Amino acid sequence: MAAVPQTYGIIAEFETPAAVMHAAEKVRDSGFRKWDVFTPFPVHGMDKAMGLKNSRVGWFSFIGGVTGYTCGMLMIWWMNAVDYPIVIGGKPMFSPFAAFPPSYELTILLGSFGSLLGMLFLNRLPRLHHPLLKHRRFALATHDRFFLVIETADPKYAEAETRKLLESTGSTRIEMVEE
Amino acid sequence: MADATINEPITSRVGDILVQAPPRELERVPLVGNQRSPGWISDAIAGVAEGKTPLWWWAAFLPSVVMMTVCFSMIMYLMSVGVGVWGPSLPAMWGWAIVNFVWWIGIGHAGTLISAILFLLRQKWRTSINRAAEAMTIFAVMCAGIFPLIHVGRIWFGWWLFPIPNQEGIWPQFRSPLMWDVFAVSTYFTVSLLFWYMGLIPDLAVMRDRAKSKLRKFGYGLFSLGWTGSNRHWSNYEKAYLILAGLSTPLVLSVHSIVSMDFSVSQVPGWHTTIFPPYFVAGAVFSGFGMVLSLLVPLRKVLKLEDIITLRHVELMCKVTLATGSIVGYAYAMEFFIAWYSGNPNERFEFINRATGNYAWAYWTMITCNVIVPQFFWFKKVRTNMLVVFILSILVNVGMWFERFVIVVISLSKEYIPASWGYFRPTWVDILTFLGTFGLFFTFFLLFIRFLPIIAISEVKGVTPQADPHHPLGGAKTGGHH
Repeated sequence: MAAVPQTYGIIAEFETPAAVMHAAEKVRDSGFRKWDVFTPFPVHGMDKAMGLKNSRVGWFSFIGGVTGYTCGMLMIWWMNAVDYPIVIGGKPMFSPFAAFPPSYELTILLGSFGSLLGMLFLNRLPRLHHPLLKHRRFALATHDRFFLVIETADPKYAEAETRKLLESTGSTRIEMVEE
Repeated sequence: MADATINEPITSRVGDILVQAPPRELERVPLVGNQRSPGWISDAIAGVAEGKTPLWWWAAFLPSVVMMTVCFSMIMYLMSVGVGVWGPSLPAMWGWAIVNFVWWIGIGHAGTLISAILFLLRQKWRTSINRAAEAMTIFAVMCAGIFPLIHVGRIWFGWWLFPIPNQEGIWPQFRSPLMWDVFAVSTYFTVSLLFWYMGLIPDLAVMRDRAKSKLRKFGYGLFSLGWTGSNRHWSNYEKAYLILAGLSTPLVLSVHSIVSMDFSVSQVPGWHTTIFPPYFVAGAVFSGFGMVLSLLVPLRKVLKLEDIITLRHVELMCKVTLATGSIVGYAYAMEFFIAWYSGNPNERFEFINRATGNYAWAYWTMITCNVIVPQFFWFKKVRTNMLVVFILSILVNVGMWFERFVIVVISLSKEYIPASWGYFRPTWVDILTFLGTFGLFFTFFLLFIRFLPIIAISEVKGVTPQADPHHPLGGAKTGGHH
């Protein structure tokens, strides 16, 4: 029982970053929400052209870093001053100065994990499948072409009008993408 | 009209597009030569890891694997017989193991400097060399990490270094800089790996989209995590990259600082100095850039990547080597000055002994390679002659190995009590273990060249004029240079 393939969205191809950026500005101003631009490298100014807000990755990193520093300090204090204190050269059982280097390293370690994992979480990656990855032209998105995709799930999506909008942006090739 | 022709900016033609050249005062050698297109960049870089394995690769890989086997055999021998197979004995209880450890980890530092610090400083030329330099960092830290682990003697107690209680319920002592070192080096390795992998994700997607065979499609597809090049993803990605660069910068400065504290926190004359952290970091970057040059100067030729790793890149790396080499030279002079100025007779003796004692040969090798050799990089003729750059970059690394030898071995050989002075000699096991780590390093580095994109494809594309939406090559109707 092969189901009728559903449409994921409409894809428009561009040859230059300037062309896709102007198209993105148009699509943004038309009020679409479920759409995206695909480029082989980050295009400077595209976030603004798409109307994206500042990324929230920093928060994940910050929480990671604070956790690392606190855990490092608490760990060293508990191990060397509470659970099994040993007198060495008359030094204090716990000193924030001696405990600082390992805690500092743990701050960076967990902050880095926060930043990488936060980025993956916000991007909902890894994912093993994406409808676009099956599209035959889409492999060029990692080569030298630029794509703009509007999903059919967008409330403003209407096939004829959306296609007309994309045509007006000067796209060289507009196709439908199957789910 | 003569004036008009002089002021007329020179234009060039790429395909059908006329590109106005920037005014003379803004002209710079472009980062990618011959105005190569993004597609060409993909083909050139990804092409290295595709197709038939070239003969030179096998010719380099097989000896590397043999040397790696030698390294592991020596470690097995050390473990089964004991640390007596090595040279260290009273008074110099730290020998080649520590020298090699500090040397290898120092080499790693250039990779992080290129990937993190130059990124924060907006040095766009870093994009052509950062991937290979980060790979070098990771493999160098692997080689470095072997030595502290095996030099403890009873390797089966290596887990005492981890923050877990031993069989008596005793925890590791965090008042010792050796514990700081464990955290610094393991964090450094992990974060370098994360940074490197994150940079690889978009490029693995490039490899995935070019892959012909099922196995390659699956492999690259799995590790590229389903990357599509979505701008919503790029937005988070660039922020995460910036944060990782911001975190790696204090990390790399701290790692060699902490390594230097292994020495400077002790009270051995020649070690107990406050100049050590900055001096070690400068030396680390110096030796690392030497290694990057030794690796990339031949590679750009063999892999025909001269349009991506251009002469300008090589020159800039030579200039960093010159700058850090001069800092190192200054530190050597300052050590001598402070030894005299401190009025401490042991310090004074130690430094006079370095320059005129039994080990003067090691000291003057160090001075020649680290202070004199980099000064040749003042000359453009030298910086643009690849053979000379290659030879000088190797001398830099020879010199930096001797610097660590001078610090570790000479200082320990003649400490406070003349009755316990001695002369350190390495054994054949010392020598073969060290040579073996080159096998380990090159085995991994050659596998990296063969299977991964050795230059950050998407980043290099991003610094071309074709990637700039305000440049005529990027599709802009008006405007030109920035």
